[in-house]
Amino acid sequence: MTRLLSHSLLGILSFIFLLPFGWIASLAFKRQIDILMTNIISPISYGNFIKLFASKESTFSNDILNSLFIGLNSTFIVLVVCSLASFTLTRLKIEKWVGIIIFGWVLVFHMIPPITFIGSWFVLANSLGLFNSYSALIIAHATINLPLGLFIITNYMKEIPDEIQEAAVIDGASNYQTYFKIFLPLLLPGLFTAGIIIFLFSWNDFMVSINLSAKATQTVPVSVATYAQQYEVRYGEMAAGSLVSLIPGLLLTIFANRYIVRGITAGSVK
Amino acid sequence: MENRSRETDRYWNVLSLAPLCLLLFFLTIIPLLSLIYTSFFKVTWSGGYLYEGVGFQNFFDLVENKFYIPGVKNTIQFALITVIIQILIAYVIAIVLNKIKYRIIYLSIFMLPILLPPIVIGSIWRLMYGFDFGLFNYLLSYLGIMPIDWLGDAKIAFISIIILDIWHWTPFSVILLITAIEGIPKDILEAGLIDGTNFLKEAYYLITPLIMPTIIVASLFRFIMSFKVFDEIYLLTQGGPGTATEVVSFSIYETYFESDNIGLGSAMSVTTLILIILIMYAVQKIYIKLRLNAHD
Repeated sequence: MTRLLSHSLLGILSFIFLLPFGWIASLAFKRQIDILMTNIISPISYGNFIKLFASKESTFSNDILNSLFIGLNSTFIVLVVCSLASFTLTRLKIEKWVGIIIFGWVLVFHMIPPITFIGSWFVLANSLGLFNSYSALIIAHATINLPLGLFIITNYMKEIPDEIQEAAVIDGASNYQTYFKIFLPLLLPGLFTAGIIIFLFSWNDFMVSINLSAKATQTVPVSVATYAQQYEVRYGEMAAGSLVSLIPGLLLTIFANRYIVRGITAGSVK
Repeated sequence: MENRSRETDRYWNVLSLAPLCLLLFFLTIIPLLSLIYTSFFKVTWSGGYLYEGVGFQNFFDLVENKFYIPGVKNTIQFALITVIIQILIAYVIAIVLNKIKYRIIYLSIFMLPILLPPIVIGSIWRLMYGFDFGLFNYLLSYLGIMPIDWLGDAKIAFISIIILDIWHWTPFSVILLITAIEGIPKDILEAGLIDGTNFLKEAYYLITPLIMPTIIVASLFRFIMSFKVFDEIYLLTQGGPGTATEVVSFSIYETYFESDNIGLGSAMSVTTLILIILIMYAVQKIYIKLRLNAHD
C-alpha cells in the first residue's frame, strides 16, 4: 500500500519535472504558425532544425563548437590545477595556514555571485585586448568552476588510504612520483566526476559568456537567449536550440548519474 | 636517486600550488582590489578608460538607485521563501525515495533541472508562462479560468519566479538529503524495524534527527546560493514589472553592462560582497548553534 502510494507520488513528480522538457521538444518540431495557434496536434516539421543548422544567418553550429571548445579546455585546466593543489594541500606536510587561506578564499569565492567579478573581468579583458577571445572565456569558465573542482577532487583525494602513500614514501618515491604514478591513477573516478560536472556547468554557463563574448565566440546558451530576445521571438528556433543544448546534460544523466550524485554532494556539503 | 627525489620535493609544494594561486590571484584577488578601487571613481570609456575620482559618491548613488535596494530586499525575500519550501518538499521526496529500491531512476529524472542550462530552463518557462499561447494559460482555459498574466503582473511575477526556482532547485536538496539518509548505518534503521516502528514513525523519530545536520547545511547553502539567481530573471522578466522581480545580480549587471556605469556597478559589487560575507559569517554562527541544539 505504501509502495503503491510512493510510486504514484514519485510518478507525479517525475511528470512535473519532465513536462517542461517534453513540451519544449514538442514545440521544436512545430511550425511557428502551429505554435502561435496552440495546436496540440500538428504536422511534424523539421524546419526549425534546418533553419538552425543550415540557414546562412544562423551561427548555431559554430556556437556548439565554441561551447565544446571552451568547455573541454576549461575543464582540463580545472582538473590539472585542482588535482595538483588538492594533493599537496591534503596529502603532504604543509603549513596549516596555507590550506586554511586557500580553502577559505575558494569557499568565499564560490558563494559570491559571479556577476560581482565578471564586471571586473570584462574591464581586464578589454584592457588586454582579450574581449571576445577564446582564451579569456576559457580562463573565466575555469575560474568560475575552480571551487567545485577543488571540493570534489579533495573529497576523493581524502579517501585514498594512507597506507598506499606510506608505502610509496618508504620506497623512496618523490612527491612528483607519488602524485603521477600512484595518486593520479587512483584519483581517476574523482577526476571523471569533477570533469563531467565542470564540463556541464561550463556548457550551461550563461552569465560569463554573455558578458565576455561577442558573435564569433558566443556559446549555445547565449545563442538560445538571443532567439528569445529578438523583437519577434522565434519560438520554433528557440525551442529547437534549447532541445539541442539539453543533449550533454541528458546523456550524462543517463550514463553517469551515480557520479553526478556523488559530485553534487561532494561539491556542497563541506 | 635519494638525493634527487628530495631535491625535487623542495620545489614540489610551490610548483603544485602555483597554478591555483596564480589563477586565484589574477582572477579573484586583483579584480577584487580593482573593484574596490573603481568604486571610488567615475569611469568613462573613450578609446581607453578614464578615471575621475568622486570619493564616496557612488555609494551615495547606490542608496538612491532605483534598483539596487529593492533588488537586495527582493533577493533576501526570494531566498527565504524558496529555501523553506524547497527543503520541505525535498524532505518529503527523500523520505519516500528512501523506500524505493531502484530510486536512481527517479533521481535521474529529478536531477535534470540542475544539470540543464538555466538559460534554457528560463526560455522554456518563459514559453510556458506566455500570456497568449503559453502552456499554463492553455491548460487554464480548459478549466474555464481566465488567462493569467504570469510575468506581466507585478504581484504575480514574483510568485512565478519563485515557482520556477522551486521547480529548478528542489532536486538539489533532494540529492543532498537522500545521500544523507543512505549514509545512516543500516543497523540503526534495522533496530527500529525490530521495535516495530512504522513508516511515519521511522521518518520522524529515526531519520529526521540523524539527517538534521544535512538539512541545516542544505538550507543555509541554498540560501546563500540564491543570491546568484540571474539567468531566469534575465530571460523572464528583466527585473520587471517595475522592480517586482529585481534581484541583486541583475541590478549589478544592468548598471555595469547596460548603463555602462562602471563606478556605480563596482560600488554595488563591493557592497554585495560585504553583504554576502556578513551573511556567511552569520550563517556559520547559526549553523554552529543549530548543530549544538540538534545534539541536545
